[in-house]
Amino acid sequence: MIAALSLVGACADKTNTPRLIAGGDPSRGLAVIEEVGCGACHDIPGVGWPRGTVGGPLKGFAVRPLIAGRFANQPDTLVTWLKDAPSLSPASGMPTMPIAEDQARDVAAYLYTLDDH
Amino acid sequence: MTIERAPEGFAGWPPPILDPAGPFAGPVNILSWILFAMSAVVLVVVLAALAVALFGPKRWRVRLGGERLVWIGGLAFPVVVLSALLIYGLGLTSHLTDDPRPGEVRIRVTGEMWWWRVAYLDGGGREVLQDANEIHIPAGQPVVFELESADVIHSFWVPRLGGKKDMIPGRRNILRLQADAPGVFGGQCAEYCGGPHALMGLVVVAHPPAEFEAWKRRRLAPSLAAGLPSRGTEVFDASGCGACHTVRGTAANGLAGPDLSHVGDRRTLGGGILPTNQGTLAGWISDSQAIKPGNRMPAYPVLSGEDLRAVAAYLESLK
Repeated sequence: MIAALSLVGACADKTNTPRLIAGGDPSRGLAVIEEVGCGACHDIPGVGWPRGTVGGPLKGFAVRPLIAGRFANQPDTLVTWLKDAPSLSPASGMPTMPIAEDQARDVAAYLYTLDDH
Repeated sequence: MTIERAPEGFAGWPPPILDPAGPFAGPVNILSWILFAMSAVVLVVVLAALAVALFGPKRWRVRLGGERLVWIGGLAFPVVVLSALLIYGLGLTSHLTDDPRPGEVRIRVTGEMWWWRVAYLDGGGREVLQDANEIHIPAGQPVVFELESADVIHSFWVPRLGGKKDMIPGRRNILRLQADAPGVFGGQCAEYCGGPHALMGLVVVAHPPAEFEAWKRRRLAPSLAAGLPSRGTEVFDASGCGACHTVRGTAANGLAGPDLSHVGDRRTLGGGILPTNQGTLAGWISDSQAIKPGNRMPAYPVLSGEDLRAVAAYLESLK
């Protein structure tokens, strides 16, 4: 009964939709972000330097409804975007990134921890 | 949780600066430890004397204030110890700076604000190959570095391979480094040289000798991708990149900035500070000023997303 009530409560809370990545590890994701150098273009909470200006800042990404202002911010779309943004948006400045599927999932998991907007 | 990107070869904390990887770094490392240890001893003695002077019995305080102690502790001890250390230290490091001998690998590194111009020299001191911010050496043998500066004083420092050496405008300073085994070693400018001095890093890659020769032969030829018609080369040419950068095998022959002939083959970008991939290349080209404020490359906010990606892809293909 209590569980059912709390589920109803979760449905009502539209502002805090949990976006979960199965098997994604946020701390590994942050390490990938550092290793690949995502900060060259993005200002990312948790990355002290660099804080690039070319792509959008990623503060509050977990509660942002759209990716790059175009695509619904859903896990599968985000993972695809991180690996190969041009396949979704050929005019984007974000290139194909040299990361594997599981690394992209880790990065996505980290981005979905950024709920402070 | 905040992380700072560690330059390649400097990963981990503390940075491996007291972890020598060659015979020229060893003596410097020993000397460092001797200096640390002696400083610790002197500190303890001075603090003990201070404690006696403040809280000790009167008899001890009188002896501490005597002239004899000043002559011994204040003059004789430092003169003897510091002279011995100086002679020992110079003996440890003097052979690092001998003139190049026949058969030694010679590399000229020129400090620029805020990157490193690298030239591989033949036996007669003539340039055979230009590169930037990344130095390849054969492992297991001494390599002679001829250090110069194009502007202000820089200091060339690859901690695991040897000591620091200043790069002084108008002078050529010699330094020998050796890596005992193949590996990747971080380097850093160690003399404040203005603006983004802290972001003036480099990477030294030590290969087995045969592999080093093969690397050099490969590098002597222009990249296979140089000048191949593509949107990337069009953007590169139209944006005037060739005014400052050289890509051998093409019309781009600028000398102000780093040679890009094989930029896609370098591990790092921007002076040893970012990994090389299409993303970091695009970020650097579009707004390097946000990454390394004050560096001499202007931001290029005039490029569209597609153009930026095309030129980044072209540069990454220069292997």
